[in-house]
Amino acid sequence: MKKLASVGLGLLMTTAMAAAQAQEVKIGMITTLSGGGSHLGVDVRDGFLLAIERSGRDDVEVLVQDDGNRPDLARSLSNEFMQRDNVDILTGIIFSNLAMAVVPAAVRQGTFYISPNAGPSDLAGRMCHENYFNAAYQNDNLHGAMGAYMREQGYERPIIMAPNYPAGTDALAGFKHLYEGEVVDEIYTQMGQTDYAAEIAQIRASDADSLFFFLPGGMGISFMKQWENSGVDLPVFGAAFSFDEIIIKAVGSAAIGAMNTSLWAYDLDNEANHAFVEAFRDAYDRTPTLYAAQGYDTANLILSALEKAHPDDKDAFREALREADFDSVRGKFRFGPNHHPIQDIFVREVVEGDDGQPTNRLVGIAVEDIQDVYHTQCQM
Amino acid sequence: MTLLIEQLINGLQLGTMLFLMASGLTLVFGVMGLINLAHGSFYMVGAYATASVTAATGSFFIGLAAGLAAAAAVGALVELIVIRRLYHRPHLDQVLATFALILIFSEGTRWLFGSSPLWLNPPALLSGSVTLPGGLRYPIYRLVLIAVGVAVAVGMYFLITRTRLGMRIRAGESDREMIGALGVNIARLYTLVFAMGAALAGLAGALVGALQSVQVGMGEPVLILAFVVIVIGGIGSIKGALYGAILVGVVDTLGRVFLPLFFRQFMSPSEAAGVGSAIAAMLIYILMAVILAFKPKGLFAANE
Repeated sequence: MKKLASVGLGLLMTTAMAAAQAQEVKIGMITTLSGGGSHLGVDVRDGFLLAIERSGRDDVEVLVQDDGNRPDLARSLSNEFMQRDNVDILTGIIFSNLAMAVVPAAVRQGTFYISPNAGPSDLAGRMCHENYFNAAYQNDNLHGAMGAYMREQGYERPIIMAPNYPAGTDALAGFKHLYEGEVVDEIYTQMGQTDYAAEIAQIRASDADSLFFFLPGGMGISFMKQWENSGVDLPVFGAAFSFDEIIIKAVGSAAIGAMNTSLWAYDLDNEANHAFVEAFRDAYDRTPTLYAAQGYDTANLILSALEKAHPDDKDAFREALREADFDSVRGKFRFGPNHHPIQDIFVREVVEGDDGQPTNRLVGIAVEDIQDVYHTQCQM
Repeated sequence: MTLLIEQLINGLQLGTMLFLMASGLTLVFGVMGLINLAHGSFYMVGAYATASVTAATGSFFIGLAAGLAAAAAVGALVELIVIRRLYHRPHLDQVLATFALILIFSEGTRWLFGSSPLWLNPPALLSGSVTLPGGLRYPIYRLVLIAVGVAVAVGMYFLITRTRLGMRIRAGESDREMIGALGVNIARLYTLVFAMGAALAGLAGALVGALQSVQVGMGEPVLILAFVVIVIGGIGSIKGALYGAILVGVVDTLGRVFLPLFFRQFMSPSEAAGVGSAIAAMLIYILMAVILAFKPKGLFAANE
């Protein structure tokens, strides 16, 4: 008991000392750097650190930890960051189920959480919080925008497909929300499935005029390769999650011609984006993905708020975040009342690049100023 | 109608690939009495070796040969270094030790190749699709996979029933002390059988890797199916592995397609899709339970 008390006292003293040393800002990043989907976390981290480095500020310290795509590990890392390292801001989580495990508890304890990726509907709606901001999107945004785009392009009988798990059903619900018409069929695949012969046969037998799918990571790679050799000839649509630069390189020529929606494209024409893409290619020798862009924007959002207030002054810092006073690589950027972006969603086409490898080319805007439907449920 | 036929061919293709996995697994269990959870790692080794050698040489067939050789070599090494010490241990020890092997192989592969999937495509010669009699278009590569699976099944049949090695394997199955006493080098026989099983798994991994994606941990979902196959077919029986694999392949494929369609008769499409695919995922386990209820030792129980 005595020992416990002295430990407690010791902790108290270090916190007091940290506060006295003052104005240094600590950011804790929990992201997925190993296991399935690790290239997403790597790109968020690289984009984020690039922005911090380019800002030239040496009073901002970023601590990075790998959650291995495990909710329990993410949870304990966030506790460690808040209690031992006294971080002011948390960020970095890729997957929605991990975000649900970490964010509600963290923001309740007064830490700011700025999401560079995951945007589950609960955090945009009934579980929204004044200390939670999302600098990327709400999960439905990209799927819904593709629904609207396909409708506008005159596709009348789409068949839609996603894995049978929460983000998959949300994706199809989001699609249907803005498609405003009947879909021919909905196919739910198993999580982690690698053989799509049965689904392709089903698509072949249907009288659909187009295919929309959401199959993140390795699932999408397997599907596209089998799709190419199947002889089924339908136009393919999806969200950027199945068509980022890393994935389409692995898919190869089978990806050419697919259309996908994204909140960002590397050939988007604005000054902030030119600077970002060039700096990213210089620093890491590869083309950035949308995850890298999201990480970069997240860091710049935080930096813009730090110009105005220190996170210790919570109200002022929160107000500064709300203003979103930074040059987004997306062009324009603003927050809705639930701290999720109101933004344009673009359409890209996968084409053969100069080096013969597939790459994404910007085609146009799918939906302007898209806002999620959950903000009406948010009370803060 | 063409949908049903196409799905039957798909089921047959999945079945023949499962047979390649399950035959090695059941051979090792039948002859040596060893449960090997690391069998899925040989599948992964075969796929990675094929993908990297194909990338280096530009030829899928050289890559495939390298994949087979690598899986067989790794299998033989694992037998010499680890498995050999496990024959006389209880099954629980074997499960623990071979589970550790899975972790070692997965982390080792990640360390060597990174966590992004590798790129392996079928050779141009086998890409695209053909029109089958009846007007159905079907990918050439999947037809080739069926042909390879059938060829291996026929080859195994002759090996086991008509050759000296097969005779020894069958003898080892029934009484290992006796054939040892008759002067057969059991240690060498076991290494050989184990390497052969690993090579078959490696072949499956290489062939399927070109169709899907080559990534860390790709062997484990297939391994679970392969275990279901050998339990259904009867442990230790090659014939059982063949029938079990085709049964599982066809039931799994048909279930995934037709169950959601069936539930749509009396549910909304999204509900039917959810319920149907959930039950489809359980279907092969239900099949296994039903078969075991009537035939507790599987369809073709060995050693009876």
